[in-house]
Amino acid sequence: MKPEADALHDAAVLLEIRGLRKAFGERVAVSGLDFAVRKGECLGLLGPNGAGKTTTIHMLLGLVTPLSGDIYFFGVNAARRLSELKKRIGVTPQTDNLDPDLTAMENLTVYASYFGIDYKTASARAEELLDFFALKNRRNEIISAFSGGQRRRLLIARALINNPDLLILDEPTIGLDPQARRLIWDCLEMLRRNGTTMLLTSHYMEEVSRLATQVLILDGGKAVAYGVPDALVQRHVGREVYEIRGSREHLAGLRPLLASCKADFETGQDVLRIFVRETCPELDALVLEQSHVTRRPAGLEDLFLRLTGSELKEN
Amino acid sequence: MLALNVWKRNAMVWRKHFKASIIGNLGEPFLFLIAMGYGLGKTMPVVANMSYLEFIAPGLAASAVMFSAALETTYGSYTRLATQKTYEAILMTPVSVYDLALGEMFWGATKGLISGLIMIALFPLFGIQPSLWTFFIPFLLFLEGMIFAACGVIMTAIAQSYEFFNYFMTLFINPLFLFSGILFPMDSLHPALKVVFMVLPLSHAVQLYRGLTYGRTGDWWLHLLVLASYAVFLVLIASRLLKRRLIK
Repeated sequence: MKPEADALHDAAVLLEIRGLRKAFGERVAVSGLDFAVRKGECLGLLGPNGAGKTTTIHMLLGLVTPLSGDIYFFGVNAARRLSELKKRIGVTPQTDNLDPDLTAMENLTVYASYFGIDYKTASARAEELLDFFALKNRRNEIISAFSGGQRRRLLIARALINNPDLLILDEPTIGLDPQARRLIWDCLEMLRRNGTTMLLTSHYMEEVSRLATQVLILDGGKAVAYGVPDALVQRHVGREVYEIRGSREHLAGLRPLLASCKADFETGQDVLRIFVRETCPELDALVLEQSHVTRRPAGLEDLFLRLTGSELKEN
Repeated sequence: MLALNVWKRNAMVWRKHFKASIIGNLGEPFLFLIAMGYGLGKTMPVVANMSYLEFIAPGLAASAVMFSAALETTYGSYTRLATQKTYEAILMTPVSVYDLALGEMFWGATKGLISGLIMIALFPLFGIQPSLWTFFIPFLLFLEGMIFAACGVIMTAIAQSYEFFNYFMTLFINPLFLFSGILFPMDSLHPALKVVFMVLPLSHAVQLYRGLTYGRTGDWWLHLLVLASYAVFLVLIASRLLKRRLIK
């Protein structure tokens, strides 16, 4: 799938994948994926569990061998010289795989050694990163006593130890409480503003809304939407969402009154959702008579739910 | 070479548990030598022109290497593979799966070497006077360590749980310890059994160390050739299998 219109075209492409496919036995995990990440961008791969996000990341890193398709990092085919290319890539994995017996500092310097970075350079860089991720005062503590948020921050710091040109984050805040998550988002936003290029997978809408400049929605191993988040929301969902609550019969009675509106409708158990593309006077009039109505701007979550089809849809 | 950085990582973690680890390395063979060499040995006749303690000591060095290396690359490596996901972390860096496999086996062999060296260092304490040839033994301890570290990695690469290693320990490592001519001469074995254990690697290490310790070098080149062939062959198999396990 080509990015829809609004994508940047001028910046250098740091990562490009073409026609990527993978199946594990009978189960197709990724079926024909194309995307590109340009310098300074943050591409959010958004998808439900099992959509193929982590498989895609693992294919990028050579942990999973693609069935077919090509991966180019910095214009070089990753099938050759992946080791060399990985020197310029940082990865925060979804599963916490820090070394539990080592201190925060040691976790970083040992990791740096896998990149062939000498100890002096590594420890100077590690100090900076521990400072940036608010872990400086725990630098010499064994990490097994760290909280979930601290471990996650250290995982992200570790991904930056080689000063990567491309940062890959696989569910960077999974399982964290809201405070810990916010702190990580602040750090990541700061990195992004300073020009760090990112590829992010997530199923937290707020995370993707805050960080991603481009979004690709993945479902069943396929891209179902790809482009600038706001534009995609406008195009596939609309401007605003109304949610009217009531009995099934009541809601069914409302539908014919709105026949002239430029909107999509979705009926849930006891809710009617109306995705409005253009202002609709009938709807505005109707809303005034209803007791349980919420009205909000359309967002990524609406886009996600509409495209990944986890609800009953009707038009 | 990035394999060495994998080795260094393991060494760093090991240093943190140094005392507990060394007690295991030191205590077990020490107690064994006392019990078997002094205790049981007093009631035993002279074996192959030496006291029972002299007979078993070099073989115990060989078995110490085997146990140390094999335990490290089964329970230790499996923990890094499955529990701590250390391998996954390492493979996200420029370290290749072959670097990783080699680093793990170097480390397993190093643990074997440490155990074997401690054992040999204890010899004088038990009244054994090793010959000058003994100075060649450390290189051989490392080579033997590579063999059993590779066996361990092979097991780790196909293991689905820690319990799986019971097969390996009970059906392979323990029989090797009991029937490779460490505790009694292999001539006492049933001829068919003798052939099997003559072909397997540990008996070659035992004969080699015993020969060097007492200055009767004999067929050293044959034993060395067998050990080196095993090491090369098993390291290649182990690397292949670990790759199959880690790269889907």
